[in-house]
This record gives sequence, C-alpha cells and structure tokens, in this order.
Amino acid sequence: MNWTYLMENYEEAVAMILFGIGFSNLLLQKNLIKKIIGLNIMDTATYLFLALKGYIAGRKAPVVVDGMTDVEAYINPIPSGLVLTGIVVSVSVTALMLALTIRLYRRYHTLDLDEISTRLKKEGK
Amino acid sequence: MAFVQNFPFLSIILSLFSGPLCAVLDGKWARRVNGAVIAIIGILSVFVLKNVIPAGQPYVYRMGHFSAPWGNEIRVGVLEAFMACFFCVIMLLCMMGGIRERETEIEESKQNLYYVMVNLLLCSLLALIYTNDLFTAYVFVEINTISACGLIMIRQTGRTFEAATRYMIMSLLGSGLLLLGICYLYAVTGHLLMSNIREQVQLLAAGGQHHISLMVALGLMSVGLAIKSALYPFHAWLPDAYGYSTLSSSAILSSLVSKGYIFLLIKIFCRVIGFDVVTESKVVNVLFVFGIIGMIMGSWSAIKEKNLRRMIAFSSVAQIGYIYMGLGLATEAGIVASIYHVLSHAATKSLLFVAASGLSDASGGSDRYADITGAGFRNKLAGTAFLVGSLSMVGMPMFSGFISKLFFAQAAVGHAHKMLPTVIALAISTILNAVYFMKTVIRIYTPMGAYDAVKGDGTGKADGIGKTDGTGKADGIGKTDGTGKADGIGKADGTGKADGIGKRDGTGKTDRAEENGAGSERSASDWQEVGRTGRQVVIWEQPAKSAALICFILLNLILGLNSDPIMRLIQGGIEMFD
Repeated sequence: MNWTYLMENYEEAVAMILFGIGFSNLLLQKNLIKKIIGLNIMDTATYLFLALKGYIAGRKAPVVVDGMTDVEAYINPIPSGLVLTGIVVSVSVTALMLALTIRLYRRYHTLDLDEISTRLKKEGK
Repeated sequence: MAFVQNFPFLSIILSLFSGPLCAVLDGKWARRVNGAVIAIIGILSVFVLKNVIPAGQPYVYRMGHFSAPWGNEIRVGVLEAFMACFFCVIMLLCMMGGIRERETEIEESKQNLYYVMVNLLLCSLLALIYTNDLFTAYVFVEINTISACGLIMIRQTGRTFEAATRYMIMSLLGSGLLLLGICYLYAVTGHLLMSNIREQVQLLAAGGQHHISLMVALGLMSVGLAIKSALYPFHAWLPDAYGYSTLSSSAILSSLVSKGYIFLLIKIFCRVIGFDVVTESKVVNVLFVFGIIGMIMGSWSAIKEKNLRRMIAFSSVAQIGYIYMGLGLATEAGIVASIYHVLSHAATKSLLFVAASGLSDASGGSDRYADITGAGFRNKLAGTAFLVGSLSMVGMPMFSGFISKLFFAQAAVGHAHKMLPTVIALAISTILNAVYFMKTVIRIYTPMGAYDAVKGDGTGKADGIGKTDGTGKADGIGKTDGTGKADGIGKADGTGKADGIGKRDGTGKTDRAEENGAGSERSASDWQEVGRTGRQVVIWEQPAKSAALICFILLNLILGLNSDPIMRLIQGGIEMFD
C-alpha cells in the first residue's frame, strides 16, 4: 500500500470520507431531519468528486471572456454540467423527503422514525 | 430514417408531457387521458417492435443530432421495444384493475395527481429501457423513485407515510451508490454513453489497467440497483409499501418499478461493462448468494404472514431473489432466464394483487387471513385468478412461472460451481412457495361453515350451540354438504357460523358472547371475525377489474404455453446488446 497516492489525491479521499459520513447518517440516524442532512452530505460529496474529475489545475471555467477561445484555457465542462443536473435531482428529492417529514410530524408529533413505527404497530391496522 | 424510428422518443415525450396535463384536468378526465396515453404508447411500441425485428439490428437515435461522444442517444433494439410494449400492457391492466379502489381510497381532490405520478413513472420506465446514456439513466432512476413514492403515499394513512419514508430512504441510499458508481466509471473511462464506455472498458480490461477501479464501479452500481429493487437484505421497506398502498400502486410497484431497475442493471452488465468483464468479477457471485438467500427467506417470511397482501409482497422478495440468482449465474442463458422471469413475475404478481383485492371485496374489505375463508366461492373470477397466479408462482406446467423455473434450471446445468446451489435453492423455494400459496388457495376454497366446523370440533364449541340451519348463511353451507369432506363433519356443519350471522343482525357482540356460553373467548372472536365476511361478488359488478383479471390470466397462459417465440425474441435482443 502506497500512502503517497492518498496524499496526492487528498481531495478524492475527502470526498469519499464525506460520502461515507453522509451514507451512514442516512442509514443509521433515527431522526428524520438528520437523515435528510445525511442525504445532502452524501450527494454533495458525490458532486465534489465529480467536479474534481473535471478540474484541470491552472485552467478556468469554460466561459468565453476576452475572446479567449482556445480549448487549452478551460477545464472539462461536462462534469460541471453533471453536477448541476445532480443538484437539481438532489433538491427535488430533499423537498420530497421534507414534505414527508412534515406529514409524519403533524400526525405523530415526533421525528423519530422508530417511534413512529412502534406507534403504528400499537395502533394495529 | 423512417418515421417509425421516432416513436421511442415520442412515447417518452408523450408520457412526460401528459403528466403536467393531468395535473390541470379533473380526476375523471385525467384517468381517461392516462389510459389513452398508456394505450397509445403500447401501440407505438408494437410498431417499433415490428420495425426492429426484420431489420435485425438496433438503431441509434441521436437527440438533437449531436454525434456520438458528446450527444445524448436513444438506442432501440428488439428487447427494448418488447419490454416497452410489455410494460405498457401490464401498466394498463394494473390501472384497469384498481379503478374502484382508487376512487374510494384517494381523496377526491387528489385523484388527478395520481395520474400525474403514473404518467411520470411510465416516462421514466421507458427512458430507462431506451436510453444509451448512463447519466440520463441516473436522472430517470430518480424520477422513477419520486413518482413511485408518490404512488405509495397518495393513500393518506399513517402506514403509507411511514412506508413511503422508508422506501425513500432505502432508494436514496441506492441511488447515491449508483451515482457514485457512474462517476467512478466516468472518471476511469471519460465517457457517459454506454457504447463508448464499453469500448474503453474493453481496452482497459485487455491491458489489465484500472482493474480495481472498474470492479469498484461495477460493485457500486450493482449494489445500488440491488437496494433499489429490494434484493433480500434490503427489502425491509417492501411489505409495508406494497401491503398498504392502493391496489394499482402495489401492482405497479411490484411488477414494474423494481423491474425497471433490474433491466437497467442487465443493460449495465451487458452493454456498459461488457459481459466478459462481469463474468470474471466476483460481483456476480455476491448477487448470486444474496439472490438465493432471498429466495428462501422471502418465502419463509411469507409463510409467517397473516395478511394476504403482505404475504404476496413477501413473495415478491423471493421472486426478486430468483431474478438475481439468474443474473448471478453470469451466463447468457442465466440472463435470458432472468428476463423471462421478469416478464412472468410482472404478469403474475400484478394478477395476484388484483385477485387478492377481489377476494377481500367479497370478504367485507378485509385482507386478513381469517376473513377470506371461502372467498373463492363468493367471488368466483377472483378465486380462479388467484388459483392461476398461485399455480404460476409455484411453478405448475402450463403457467408462466414453470417456464422461468425451467429456464433457470437449464441455465444452471453444467455450471461449474453454481449448479448444485441453484437446483437445491429452486427445489426448496418451490416447496416453500407451495406451502404458502396452496395454504391460501385451500383457505379461499374452504366453505366458511366447513372450516369453522373443523375448528369448532376441536374446541368443543360446536356442541354448545344449537344447530341453526334455516339462517341466511345456509346457502353457503348447503354447498358444503355437497362435498365429501363436509359430510364427515356434517353435524357440526350448520353451527357456529350460521348461528353467528343470524344473531349478529339483531344483537351486539356481548350478547353473542353470552349466548355462546360454552364457547371460549377465542372462539367467540373467531366467530366474530368470520361473521363479518360474506358477500357475493358477481363478475359484472366491477367490469374493469374482471376484464383486467381475464387479461392477466390470458397473459399468464400465453407466457406459459407459448414460450418459444418469446424466448427467441429475448435471445435475439441480448445478442443485439453487443
């Protein structure tokens, strides 16, 4: 195992650690709001990873300014486009989760998913 | 380019735009628009299929005429067109079967929103089937998840909200992994179009480069899609979501939504990574093992379940296990068997859901086990349909389930390590399937009186109660007398049940308990449970549901008796993947 790779690509390492944090929060937290925060961390970590893949050191965002049209001046724009699409998806999913959370909170006055489940079981049907 | 080649794109756009259209219409019109859209897309897909089969090769439809490495593409082969056509048929039948339930279970003001969700779901399924771009696939996977969540939560009870939340959480975990896998693959290969990724992956595999990265990407995508399609250890959300949502939702969710993800996974295996690379990897072995565990554990949970619809939902877990087992075999025959099982399971499971709701119609709206006794006599068509579905799930010849099990066994024969586990798992799972499905079939074809008499005999309850023959329920019991079995218990026959119903009309529960006297607490509650049931349902009471059931039965028989051409079609489609 060569640890220098890890140090050279520390951005990717950070993205993966963040992904792990978000994933485990979404999976393990009981509180619905914390779950949603976990979801957002997870998605953002993916976008960080994706944006890194498109970045080329020393180049600029591909917006033509000052008539500079040389390809060599710009970073790879496709991952940026993918990140934008991904953000749209993540926003809509977060909105849906929050709406569901509000519904559950109004009905059961708690954000704890496990407690909601036990209460549902007690109610019977 | 022939005009018919535009149809796949047109059908995606048509369903996408009819969604917002339904949002401004009222419920009844939205239903009509939705039905028409599904039917039109089905017909368009038939044209596409008829166009693609003679051509013998797939065609690529460039979106906006941007060429290969940059543009977004739709790719249409035989298998894609066939799947689109099949999904439309199933979806139409599911929508037909659940009209009554939708009207009663969904609020009046939200009726049209249901059709928005269904249209978006259809759009995303079609896009998942046709697309040639991995990131587009991811976006439509999310649309699929969101609309499926809407389908679950539109029946507004606490149960469905909780089920929808759990479904969303598991789905989001899955799509997070899928997205990360796609990003990995993009980072390694530099492409997003499936065919371009395939070329790069083959170059990398030939040179032995980036082996670990490729395996990580493959693993992430497989696990992500496996979570989303409820492979065994990730199935916790499934029974609630299928068991408590409205009828069309559970039928569509079980037969189409999870199948869309599985089809995408098959596409990733065959078209993105390439089958030879997948075969060498260990990922398929993991899917194989979990598929087999799922086959057995799903059936085991179904045996323990006391609610009819939840039982069918657990059976879905087992059937998803079959499909992943076929994928795990990592041979072409295994994949063909899996696709055949996708078809047969889609046709059978939605049939079972619709039939189960027909049975609970005849049992006072309850789908608890105790209440559906004798429901097969009260709703004859639903009883027959449930019988057909059960036989197909168990794997009787003539029905579709048998053919897919046969294909699985054939695919496994000669496989170096996986033959024995596959065959053993098939055998055990078939027995377990038979246990819970035949138990249910026997239950729905046991006349109420006879069943209760058998029970009453044991508890001594029958003695305590006078024989009341001349009550309203005597009809149902009269039938019992005809059968050989009821003769033996002839004396006990007329008791409990008939008595209970007669009295229930007039008096309250406590009264009955007192009158019962000798009867224990338990028998009294049993008595009450069965006493709630009972209503004859004739075929023309719900014409749409009856028509859907008949079509489902026919579809099952077609898949069961006419497997050769379909099999050849699937094989041709798989070959076209390359």
